[in-house]
Amino acid sequence: MVEIALPANSRVKKGVTRTAEGPLKAPRTLKVYRWNPEDGENPRVDSYVFDADDCGPMVLDALLKVKNELDSTLTFRRSCREGICGSCAMNIDGQNTLACTKGLDDVKGDISIYPLPHMPVIKDLVPDLTDLYAQYASIEPWLKTDTPQPQNEWRQSREDREQLDGLYECILCACCSTSCPSYWWNSDKYLGPAVLLQAYRWLADSRDEKTGDRLDDLEDPFRVYRCHTIMNCAKACPKGLSPAKAISEIKKMMVEREV
Amino acid sequence: MSEMRTPLSRVRGLGSAKKGTEHFWLQRVTALANIPLTLFLVGALVVHAGADHATMAAFLGNPVVGVVMLLLVLSTCWHMRLGLQVVIEDYIHGEATKLAALVANNFFALIIGVACALAVLKLVVSQ
Repeated sequence: MVEIALPANSRVKKGVTRTAEGPLKAPRTLKVYRWNPEDGENPRVDSYVFDADDCGPMVLDALLKVKNELDSTLTFRRSCREGICGSCAMNIDGQNTLACTKGLDDVKGDISIYPLPHMPVIKDLVPDLTDLYAQYASIEPWLKTDTPQPQNEWRQSREDREQLDGLYECILCACCSTSCPSYWWNSDKYLGPAVLLQAYRWLADSRDEKTGDRLDDLEDPFRVYRCHTIMNCAKACPKGLSPAKAISEIKKMMVEREV
Repeated sequence: MSEMRTPLSRVRGLGSAKKGTEHFWLQRVTALANIPLTLFLVGALVVHAGADHATMAAFLGNPVVGVVMLLLVLSTCWHMRLGLQVVIEDYIHGEATKLAALVANNFFALIIGVACALAVLKLVVSQ
């Protein structure tokens, strides 16, 4: 059943406040979820007051500034700092998004930062995405054909290629899946929006010859049909994609071959 | 030990059930059917507001009205069964509790449906 209250060892406590030295021209506060698996303590929210005037424009810039100047133990993932790797996905100001493309100016007041919701936490803002990656592997995200490999490339018309627009841009940051209540409750069996959008990316590929097998594997009360078009996925996607639409296209294909 | 299974093995689990589309489709079909059927019921109730028992019995005993009422019972009960099943599968995670709830859901929909259908039939036959 759904648990209403958090278990005692998961309750988030008030943490410490660290403030940058010197006069701050534009002081702003990051409120960051902290949890260390090694100290046996409950999670807590630490506050960091930094000078936004002496900082890059994005939330990731602020996190890096805090890590460099106030607290080197603060742990988070980041890599490309330009919205293409998906590493710095986290919950900022109540919305799953990428720290590197979320502007500090987009948030009024204190900036609260938590790890992606409803995932096991490895440390601080680093979620364990092992099962999500396994779910991605389970849909076999590669071109599958029986026809012998052509001498050159697999050909595709311009129109067929356009079918992949809005799908190929996905960077698998997991903002959508971890914003989905259906995924929260049933992530062991429901594939979730990110993986289903990827599944549809291969269903929609005119070069793929295993569309039927792919639909067979997806057709399941839990794998696909836990989607109740809640639309949090489309709202959360930092790339402006709509996993909800991709899932409804999968459902349409399912109905089309049956009815 | 289950935690020694690979993530892929865990995720694949028992494999695809290879069904679910019929449930999805019937939920939509019954939802569609419920619109005119429910509108008819509401319209009939508004028209007969304040009518006595004999008038209502005569109206519901009309074979055409009886057919619509039976369809309403069938469609709504079926829709209710499908919808509640989704809610149970979403929120109840203990296998035993879930199974019991699913069985209870089926029985509940069937009992309500049969009772309503019998009431309609009784009125139609007694005309």
